[in-house]
Amino acid sequence: MREHQEERIEQLLRETLQPINGRAGAELRGDLWPAMLKRLEARPAQVPWFDWALLGAVIAWLLFFPGAIPVLVYHL
Amino acid sequence: MPVLTQPIDVLLRFCDGDLDAFEALFRQHQREVYGWIVRIVRDPAAAEDLTVETFWRIYRAHARFDPARSFGPWARRIATNAALDHLKTARRETELPDDLSSPLLPEPGISEEIRQKTARAFRRLPPKLQVAATLALVEEQPYKEIAEALGISTGAVKLRVFRAVRILRKELKRQGVEP
Repeated sequence: MREHQEERIEQLLRETLQPINGRAGAELRGDLWPAMLKRLEARPAQVPWFDWALLGAVIAWLLFFPGAIPVLVYHL
Repeated sequence: MPVLTQPIDVLLRFCDGDLDAFEALFRQHQREVYGWIVRIVRDPAAAEDLTVETFWRIYRAHARFDPARSFGPWARRIATNAALDHLKTARRETELPDDLSSPLLPEPGISEEIRQKTARAFRRLPPKLQVAATLALVEEQPYKEIAEALGISTGAVKLRVFRAVRILRKELKRQGVEP
């Protein structure tokens, strides 16, 4: 009984979604390389080493002087 | 799905981050990758974006590729992950639109109401189960191929399909459809 129900569900699913083959959009129509190139060129800008050094210095400063956190927050 | 092969030197150059080698691989595999993704997401526009996203991930992972292995299955696995991520995001962002199946021809075998209820029940499945059920039951892809693309065993694929069908049965019953 349950097996029959499951077969029916599989059939319902096939009829509802229908295989992609033969439908519009089943095959890629154009060349996606230009879009790929755009994506490659839009790589996020590199963070300069100086910014990383500054961030490290601030973290070290806050570790040694935790009392300075409210002062920093106030100035942000 | 056809298994495309490529010269080992292209793969070696790709591993070194050579853009020309990447372009050669892209042009050779874009259709296959798109075809796989569109079977999962069932939306040509999203599949095109995801094909580019897949190759972007492939390009970033070039150093991790083993040139002794085949490029196609590796690309398909990355494509499957990208499609899964898309399904997870789409599930969070949209409140179950009714145009998922978008069949070109209405299926005469079932009523429109049952079709919509089935589509709604299907969209409520966890994305991992959706992928397994679509590829296995609708697209009738070999279990071995699905397993490779998902990075799991064929037994695990069968379990996912079984769970998907069981949840669909319960969900359809809840909606008043007696399969």
